Amino acid sequence: MDLFEHEARDLFARHGIPVPPGEVATTPAGAYAAAVAIGGPVVVKAQVKTGGRGKAGGVKLAGTPAEARAAAEAILGMDIKGHTVHKVLVTAASAIADEYYFSFLLDRANRTWLAMASAEGGTDIEEVAATRPEALVRQPVLTFDLATAKDIAVAAGLPESAADVLVRLWEVFVREDCTLVEVNPLVRTESGEIVALDGKITLDDSAAFRHAERPVDTAAGDPLERAAHAKGLNYVKLTGDVGVIGNGAGLVMSTLDVVAQAGGVGPANFLDIGGGASAQVMADGLEIILGDADVKSVFVNVFGGITACDAVADGILQALGMLGDRATKPLVVRLDGNNVKRGREILVEAGHPLVTMVETMDDAARTAARLAARGA
Amino acid sequence: MAIFIDEGSRVVVQGMTGSEGSKHTARMLRAGTTIVGGVNARKAGQRVDFDGTSLPVFGTVAEAMAETGATVSVLFVPPAFCKAAVIEAVDAGIGLAVVITEGVPVHDTAAFWAHSVGSATRIIGPNCPGVISPGKCNAGIIPADITKPGRVGVVSKSGTLTYQLMHELRDFGCSTAVGIGGDPIVGTTHIDALQAFQDDPETELVVLIGEIGGDAEERAAAYVQRHVTKPVVGYVAGFTAPEGKTMGHAGAIVSGSSGTAEAKKKALEAAGIAVGRTPGETALLARELLTG
Repeated sequence: MDLFEHEARDLFARHGIPVPPGEVATTPAGAYAAAVAIGGPVVVKAQVKTGGRGKAGGVKLAGTPAEARAAAEAILGMDIKGHTVHKVLVTAASAIADEYYFSFLLDRANRTWLAMASAEGGTDIEEVAATRPEALVRQPVLTFDLATAKDIAVAAGLPESAADVLVRLWEVFVREDCTLVEVNPLVRTESGEIVALDGKITLDDSAAFRHAERPVDTAAGDPLERAAHAKGLNYVKLTGDVGVIGNGAGLVMSTLDVVAQAGGVGPANFLDIGGGASAQVMADGLEIILGDADVKSVFVNVFGGITACDAVADGILQALGMLGDRATKPLVVRLDGNNVKRGREILVEAGHPLVTMVETMDDAARTAARLAARGA
Repeated sequence: MAIFIDEGSRVVVQGMTGSEGSKHTARMLRAGTTIVGGVNARKAGQRVDFDGTSLPVFGTVAEAMAETGATVSVLFVPPAFCKAAVIEAVDAGIGLAVVITEGVPVHDTAAFWAHSVGSATRIIGPNCPGVISPGKCNAGIIPADITKPGRVGVVSKSGTLTYQLMHELRDFGCSTAVGIGGDPIVGTTHIDALQAFQDDPETELVVLIGEIGGDAEERAAAYVQRHVTKPVVGYVAGFTAPEGKTMGHAGAIVSGSSGTAEAKKKALEAAGIAVGRTPGETALLARELLTG
C-alpha cells in the first residue's frame, strides 16, 4: 500500500525525523485555518498517491491565509493522473539552502535493499539516473548504521550532518515494513537543519499482520474494489465489458490478455478466487462481478488442480443457485484439468440458461467477447 | 535425473500438522513422494497417520535429518513464523527448502535469502506451488495427476499457468516443473531452473512462464541466449494489467514503464525464444518443436 504524503510525514515524525509544521485540510476554510495556526508563508500540497503533482499545479506557495484558502480552492477537486484531490497538506514554507534526494527501496534483481542518494534533489530522480548516473549513489544494504550513513552521504555530496536522519529513515524502512521510503527533497535549511520536505512510502501489505496501527487504505476509490476487498477477494476493477473470474493470479492475468486479444471488448476486472475455491467464494465473486454495471458477460476460467473440475462445476451451479434472480448476465465457463470430463457433464446436464460451456480458453474468450458485444 | 528433486529425495514437512500441511502431505504421499516425517517443536515425539502411513514428528529440522537422512524440506509454516523456520532449515544444512507459504513479509524473505547465500541450501519460493518431478517426487502442492513423467521442463512464477501447460503437454510428459513463486524476492529464479534444465539429460525442451513485475524474464532471456542450447518457449501474462496495481501476486506490478509484459516478451523474442500469445498457443509452439 502506498501512503499519502501526510501519512508518510506522520511516520517520519514518529521516528524523530524533522518535518516542517503542517496540517491536513479537506476544505478551503480548513486550509485558511491551518495557515493561521502555522503562521507565515505556507505551501499547499495536493494529497494524491501519484507523482507529478507539482507539474500538474497541485503544489502552491501561499504568503497569507487568504492565499492558502485560494490555493486550496484551486487544488481540491483537481484531477491528477486520474486521482481526484480530496485533501491538501498545508506546511510551513522552509528557507531552503540545498535540496537532496534519498531513498531506501527493494532491489528485486539482487534480492536486497538499495540505498540511493543524490545531491540533485527536488527534481525527477529517474531523469537524473538516466542522464547523469554518476550523480546518483546506489549502494546495496542489509543493515545501515551511522558509519554507513556517513559514507553514503559523503559519496553522494550530502552534508555529513544528514547521516543521523538517514539512520532514522532506515528505522522507518525496517520497523514499519516498507518496500520504499523516498524523500525528495531532503533539504538543508538556511539554519542548517536537515528536514524531510516530502515523503513517499510504500508499505508491504504482507506485513500488515504485525502492524495493527497502520492507516486504512481509503484511496481505493472504486466502490466495487472496496466491496470485494471487504469479502477478502483479490479484485481489481478494469475498464472493459467482460467480467473475469479465475483461479490463480497468473491464469487470471492471462485470461484478461486473452479477452483483450479476442477483439472489440476488454476485461472488466481481475478476480482471483484462489486454488481451492469453494462454492461460497465463487458466489461472492460472481455477486461482485454481476453488480458491476459495466459487465455484459462473464468469463469463468478455472483449471482444476487441487480442486477437481467436478467440484468446481458444482460450485458454479451452487453459486448461481445462491444468487437466484440476481444472476442476470451470460456466463461462459471454461474448465480444464482434473476430472474435466465429469465437470463438463455436470454443467451440460444442469442446462442452466445463463451458462455456455466452451472447451478452450481462446474460444471461450471469443465467445464471452461476442456475448458482451451483443449485450452492449 | 530431473532437476532439484528425484526418486532419491527424502522429504520432511515443516508445518505437517497444520491444516494445509497435513492435506498436502497426504497428497504428496499419494504422488509417490518419500516423506520421512514432519517438524513441529511442540509436537515432537508424536506420530501422525496418513492413510496408513505413520510419520514421526521431530522437534527440529536438524533432528529430522539426523534420524531420517532427509534432503528436502517443504514448508507450510504461517507467515509470522516462516523466517525462523527457513533459517532453521538452512542452519541444519538441508539441500533444498521449498517455501509454499503465501504472504511472507518481504523483509523476512530478504533476511532468510541473505542468510542462505553461501550455505548448502537452495530455497524455492516463498509463495510458490513447489516443485514436482512426476513419478519421482512431489515437493509442494502441484497436482501430480495432470501429467506423467516425460521430457518437458517447466519454470514459472504462476502456479495455475504451470498446471495448464503441464496438462496441455501431458502426452509428452514432464521432467520437472518448478513454480518459483510470484513474490518480489524468490530463492530460485528462472535462470537457476534454466541452468539445471540445460544440464538435465531428461529435459528436451523448457517452457518458461513469466508475468509482469521486475526484470527476471529479461535476465532469463539474456541467460538463454548465452548458455542454453535446448529449445525454450515462453509465455508472459499481464499485458492488460494497469500501471501501479498489484495483480494477485505481491510481485506482479508494473511500476512506471518497468516490469511490463511487452518489454518481457520483446526481450525473450530478441533472445530467439518463441513466445505464445496465449497459453494454448504456447503449448502449440512447444508441440511443434518437440515433434518437428
